[in-house]
Amino acid sequence: MASNEEILAGLAEIVNAETGLDVADVQLDKSFTEDLDIDSISMMTIVVEAEDKFEVKIPDEEVKNLKTVGDAVSFIAAAQA
Amino acid sequence: MMARKVVITGLGATTPIGGDVPTLWENALKGVSGAATLTDSWVEEYNLPVTFAARASVPATDVLSRVEAKRMDPSTQFAVVASREAWKDSGIEEFDRNKLAVAFATGIGGVWTLLDAWDTLREKGPRRVLPMTVPMLMPNGPAAAVSLDLGAEAGAHTPVSACASGTEAMHVGLELIRSGKADIVMVGGAEAAIHPMPIAAFSSMQALSRSNDNPQGASRPYDIDRNGFVMGEGAGALVLEAEEHALARGARIYAELAGTSVTSDAHHITAPDPQGLGATRALKAAMFDGLIQPEDVVHVNAHATSTPVGDKPEYTALKAALGDHLDDVWVSATKSQMGHLLGASGAVESVLTTLAIYNRKAPVTINLDNQDPEIPLKVVTGEPALLPAEGSIVALNNSFGFGGHNAVVAIRSV
Repeated sequence: MASNEEILAGLAEIVNAETGLDVADVQLDKSFTEDLDIDSISMMTIVVEAEDKFEVKIPDEEVKNLKTVGDAVSFIAAAQA
Repeated sequence: MMARKVVITGLGATTPIGGDVPTLWENALKGVSGAATLTDSWVEEYNLPVTFAARASVPATDVLSRVEAKRMDPSTQFAVVASREAWKDSGIEEFDRNKLAVAFATGIGGVWTLLDAWDTLREKGPRRVLPMTVPMLMPNGPAAAVSLDLGAEAGAHTPVSACASGTEAMHVGLELIRSGKADIVMVGGAEAAIHPMPIAAFSSMQALSRSNDNPQGASRPYDIDRNGFVMGEGAGALVLEAEEHALARGARIYAELAGTSVTSDAHHITAPDPQGLGATRALKAAMFDGLIQPEDVVHVNAHATSTPVGDKPEYTALKAALGDHLDDVWVSATKSQMGHLLGASGAVESVLTTLAIYNRKAPVTINLDNQDPEIPLKVVTGEPALLPAEGSIVALNNSFGFGGHNAVVAIRSV
């Protein structure tokens, strides 16, 4: 099981690979759409990559609730518990 | 009213014999082969009957950023690389987005993306099929990516006519400018089909050369021992511009795109009409379109794929269109060097034809050791042929595709 810090770092790597954004820009309070300019197609790619990396399931209907990076970290942490 | 004159003001290419236009031209004059044995593990894994091809000499992923490349099928990557070079070469800085169009062709489309996604579905399930799969595999992917890249709002078109696609894109571009719909059109063709499935399929139909022990000598148009074409990949791109638009900005003009035409054989799904009737009609129509007499023509970049059945009907058609004047026309079969870039071939060969007119020099044909006596063309071999240094000259570029598609462009000096 990964700590919240590890989940954030792992997500930041995934976002960087998909979008080229600097890992340092991927912070808990950042909105995927508003702040990081991630479109729905990239978001789905990031979700699937995160599922593989953290060995969790993120249902499609849950994705719309993951508005910020922090939401995603919390969801993954809870799903791992 | 006279039709608007259309000129060529920018060139771009990424090919098996050069990742940009200067390298392509240098090698086309020198006569080098881009073919080599494939080192991919799938060649052995599937026991492919053909083990070589002509890969792009500079991978598109070396030119594009990682994130950019990730969202594009390899065919689209090639299209973007070539069109960026052509756009830069044109020197266009200010333009009306509403008057900039794209006509970017492909013969096969995003075959790598399609088949990778199918493998992923079967091995890992639907959840792992990438959400970008559809926009990456669609055949209009290259045209769409180029229009996004340039900000072209006057329409993005994708002519698809197998191996005539790239040349048909030139035709579409010319029509868009003549009609007034666009002042500038980025035309081109892209292909990235060096994948085991297309190799197996082309091989099944006996279209590919199986000279596995001699990849560089395998593509030999007009040679008595020609035994099929060699798969190539890459893209070519040309900036077409209304003459008055180009003159107003003081552009460097390579040549005039004087005439184009497209016809269809309605004869057989793959075999060319043995009399070359559809090709003859295309040649005559392109010359009529550009008000060109046979005597004006000094050079032909032939389709000449190196298949036993394909090369001869093209000769018959050229003879019918140009008559005895054909004896004085320098013919280049550049697929001898680059292999067959399928839907990109007409675009790359239009780049070469434009450069031949601009530099008044025709590129060489390699591997022509014993010319087929039934194809008595004046083929450029050994050294580049010098075209007339003075006066107006015209060159033709032919492309033909499975389905009986014939496309011809006529390019004139300015």
